[in-house]
Formats: sequence, C-alpha cells, structure tokens
Amino acid sequence: MTTIQPTAVSADAMDVATREPQATPRRDRHSHPFRRPDPQELWGWLFVLVPMLLFLTFVIIPVVMAVVLSFTDYAVIGDVGWVGLENYRSILDDPIFGLALRNTAIYTVMFVPLGVLVALGTALLLNRDSRAVNLFRTFFYVPVVASTVATATIWYWLLNPQSGLFNIVLGWFGINGPAWLYDSKWAMTAIVLMSVWSGFGTNMLIYLGGLQGIPRELYEAVRIDGANAWQSLRYITLPGLSRTTFLISTLLIIGAFQVFDQAYLLTKGGPGNSTLTVVYYIYNQGFGGLKMGYASALSFVLFLIIAVFSLINFRLTSRSQS
Amino acid sequence: MTAAAPQPSLMRAKRPSTPRQKIGTVLWFAAVVLISITTVFPLVWTIVTSLKPEGEILSSSLQIWPDAPTLENYVRAWTSVPFGRYFFNSTFLAVAGVVLNIFFGSLAGYAFARLRFRGKRALFGTLLSSLMIPGIVTMVPTFLVLRRFPFAGGNDLFGEGGMGFINSYWAVILPGAAGAFAVFFMRQFFASMPEELAEAARIDGASEFRIFAQIYMPLATAGAAVLGILTFQAGWNSFMWPLIVLSDRSMLTVQVGLAAFKSEHTTDYGPLMAGTVIVSLPVLLIFVLAQRYIIEGVAHVGSK
Repeated sequence: MTTIQPTAVSADAMDVATREPQATPRRDRHSHPFRRPDPQELWGWLFVLVPMLLFLTFVIIPVVMAVVLSFTDYAVIGDVGWVGLENYRSILDDPIFGLALRNTAIYTVMFVPLGVLVALGTALLLNRDSRAVNLFRTFFYVPVVASTVATATIWYWLLNPQSGLFNIVLGWFGINGPAWLYDSKWAMTAIVLMSVWSGFGTNMLIYLGGLQGIPRELYEAVRIDGANAWQSLRYITLPGLSRTTFLISTLLIIGAFQVFDQAYLLTKGGPGNSTLTVVYYIYNQGFGGLKMGYASALSFVLFLIIAVFSLINFRLTSRSQS
Repeated sequence: MTAAAPQPSLMRAKRPSTPRQKIGTVLWFAAVVLISITTVFPLVWTIVTSLKPEGEILSSSLQIWPDAPTLENYVRAWTSVPFGRYFFNSTFLAVAGVVLNIFFGSLAGYAFARLRFRGKRALFGTLLSSLMIPGIVTMVPTFLVLRRFPFAGGNDLFGEGGMGFINSYWAVILPGAAGAFAVFFMRQFFASMPEELAEAARIDGASEFRIFAQIYMPLATAGAAVLGILTFQAGWNSFMWPLIVLSDRSMLTVQVGLAAFKSEHTTDYGPLMAGTVIVSLPVLLIFVLAQRYIIEGVAHVGSK
C-alpha cells in the first residue's frame, strides 16, 4: 500500500465509519467488555516492547541497584555486606572527596556563566539578516564536531608552555604565559576554557532558535518608544529568552558537575589533584579501586547536589522572568 | 575584506545605509572573523602540524605551511598503534548504534505518538524523566548488569563465572540501543503528522505495522536522518563508557586508542596530531556533507 488514493479512500472511510462505529477512535472503548480488543492495544505494546525491555535493564534496574549498592561494601571480589549508612558517613570524612567537590564547584562556577555568555553573545552576533551568517554559524559550530579526545589532544598542544599557540600569542603582548596544565593554579582554568570552546556551538544554535521565536513587532514597538539597542536587549531579548536560558543553564550545570573526560585527558587530575573532579574520583573508586558500593554512594551524593543546584537555578531563572 | 560585498542588494531593498550602519557592518565582520579564527584555526594548525617533519614542529611551530611537508607522522601514528583495528571497532559500534536507535526510536516513538494502549502515558513519562538522571548514577550498576548478565560471556544462570558482556561489542551496543532521546526525538516527528492517513488505511484493512512502515515512516525519513547523524557523531566521539567496558587492546575504540596513544607519546606532537586528524576525519566529513541537517536538527531539539 505504497500509494493511497485520498479521494477514493476518504469516500469509503465515510461509508464504513457510519456502519462500524468502533473504527473511530473512542476513549471509552477500553471499558466496554463485549467489543473485540483494540488492535492498537496489542501493536502499541509490541512496538515499545524491546525498547522498554532495554530501558528496564539498563536504566530502571541500574537506578534501583545503585540505591541498594550504596548501602553495601560491594567490591566485585569477596563477600558483600550490608553496611547501612556507613558509606555515606565516610563520604563526610573523606578529604579527597571534599577536594574533588571543591574542584568541581570551581569548574562549575567558571564554566556555567561563561558557557551561557559565550553562547548568548555569539547567537546575538549571528542573529541578523545577512547571507554571511550561515557561513559563520558553521565556523562557530566546528569545535562541537571534534571529539573531546581530539579537542584535548589539540589543546594539549596549544597549551604547551613553550611552543604552544596560547603562550606565543600572549608573548606578542609582552605577557609571560603560565605553564597552564603544569601549574596547579591554572590547570582548571585551562580545562574550563577548553570546555567552553568545544561546547558553545550547540547552545548557540539553541539560542538562535530562541531568538527567532521573539516577535519582531516587539522590537519595532520599543524602537518607536525611543529605546536604544541596550534597552531593547535588556527589556525584550533577554526576557524573551528566559526559557531558553533556563534550558541551557540547566544542561550546563548537569554537565559541569559530571565533568570527567577533559580532566582525565588533559591532566589526569593533576597537578597535585588540582583538577580531580567528583566523577573522576567516582571512576577511580569504582573502577580503579573496585569499591563499587562506595562509588554508588558517591554518585548519589553527586545526584543530590546536581538536583539542588538545578532547583536553585530554576528559582533564579523563574524569578528573573517575572 | 568582503565586508559589505554580499549585501548591497539586501541593503538597497530596505533603505540607504547610513555611515553608522556601515561602521556597524564592518565591526560585525571583524567580530565574527575573529571568533571564526579561534574556532577554526586550532584545527587548521593541527592539520599543518601533522604534516610537519619532527624538526620543524617545535622550532617553527607558528609557520602556517611546512617547509618540507611529509606524511611520516601519519605512517608513525598508524603503525605504532593498531589504528586500523580501532577504526573498525568505532565504525561498527557507531553504525550499530545508528541502525538500532533509528529502528527502536522510530517504533517506540511512533507508538507513543500515534497508537492507543494502556500504560502509554506512564511509560512515556518514566522514559522522559529518565533523561534527567545524571549518567554517573547508573554507571557502576550498568557495568555490573553487563558483567553479570545470565548466560553471556561464560556466565551461568546467576551471572557467575565469566565476564558477561564486558570487553565485547554488546557492552556498548546494548545500553545505547534504544536511547530515551531517540524515542523522544522520533515521537516529536510522528506526533506532528496527520491522523487521516492512518484512519483511511485502517479501513482498508492494513495492519498497524504496515501503517507505520509504509505510510508514516517514509514521512519521517528526514527526522530519522538527523537522528542518525547525531547518533553517529555521539557514538563515534564517546569516550568514558568505552574506556570503562572495553579494556582489551583489540577492542579499543579510536577515541580510547588516541587517548592511550597520547599518554604514551606525550611529546610526539607530530604523530599525535596525525592521530587526531585520523580520528576526527569521519565526523568532520559527515559534518561538511550534512551540516545543514545537523544544525537544523540541533536547533529542532533545542526548541522542544
């Protein structure tokens, strides 16, 4: 039935529909015991069966398991014991977790605002009537295409203290650049810069979509009222983008607290643990030290922290909306 | 510069441009060109470095074209690490991910958008809310599920005795075969299609599967293509999960292989950059060919 003749079928449809009322979608048919079972009922379940089995096996069961594991001392080898809240108690006295949390917080505080600002700024730049926009939009998006591993390898080279591009360019302005990845004061900044560079393109596109949704008449109206560019940005554009900003900042916060790849690839958590992040620590505990019970407890603590910060973010963005 | 060149027709269509607007246009071009340099130049520099002989890399690192271009770095990268094998692994995993996500994503997305069945809203709600669970929470347990999967990789009924799916392609394929994102993405496409087509076909006696496969699926090919491209990129570029579940040397993906190569050859910038180019080539190529779809796809997802 690759081709359908709309006219012929619709005439038929009218005819049949009047004779057999059950052919038309009705909600109350589920409750009627004497009718034939709805074929859609069976097909619907068939269609979602395999995806839902996979979802059950690799999402639902793991989430439940994570809860259970976090109360045990499961370590792959040896017996499993129920330890109650012991894992959570030791997290509180774990100085390395404290350090990892501090590093992650520093990363988040730098990365999220910078990520929002760069994405918004580039989107505002590209939100104009010009055929050149498409070309530059593509150029701006290029870093997103490269993998974190490729990006990290490139940046590793860019950040080389002697022959890297960063310090060469800084040298032009008479600035003696830091040793970046080899300097515990600068390593995290370097990771933030790389993360913003490699990820802003996606959020820029989302912002561009949001900008298109703001009615042009609003801009016309405030211009007639004598508003300047800054005022129309402040009173029309930013409020019009508040939902988009909420989406983007939430995604950035969730991503920032789970940062791993960049730290693993650029610095291995060093120098002096200055870039050891929470997920890196969980990875080390769970897959390095095989302390999977403890790692599960750590991941729940992180989940909680992410949830709290997402909520705060929600409050902040919903307040700025009103 | 081509500052105002592409636009005279556009400008004329509105009103004659004032000097202030002209300055604005020039400043705009200066800004976007500067940003483009920061986004594109590192990649250009990578390619240039990969073509430089060892001596030139550190001595004249800024030189935009090598004095004596060479492919020696590529030969060294390719021979010191089994990149061919890694390439096969990554391609296989990424393509399997694309096929399975399009298939299952379309089936489930269609069912959630267009079919009536009990429990539909609850199921879809659960699926959607799972998108908010950080990946780290399920990481350790998913590893254990794969390791203790009954009857897999030498395991018995209780998941004892073997390594399960660990170090096999399944360890990457199964958890990602029907992502919640794929289901949600395809559902959005099917939900926007007219119901009349299905009603007409139902009266003609077509089965629900035929209605899906022969009427609605052909209408969703553009969406499926975008999903396929995004899934391929994500699969090809994924790092942490393959790092955890594929540790056997012959099972590494290009990303994990490049990372290992990087920590073994920390100062061999030439082969490192050559490896980076090799690893990035497939996604860059797809991006060049399908950039319109990718950019529209991302914007489409963002607007939901």
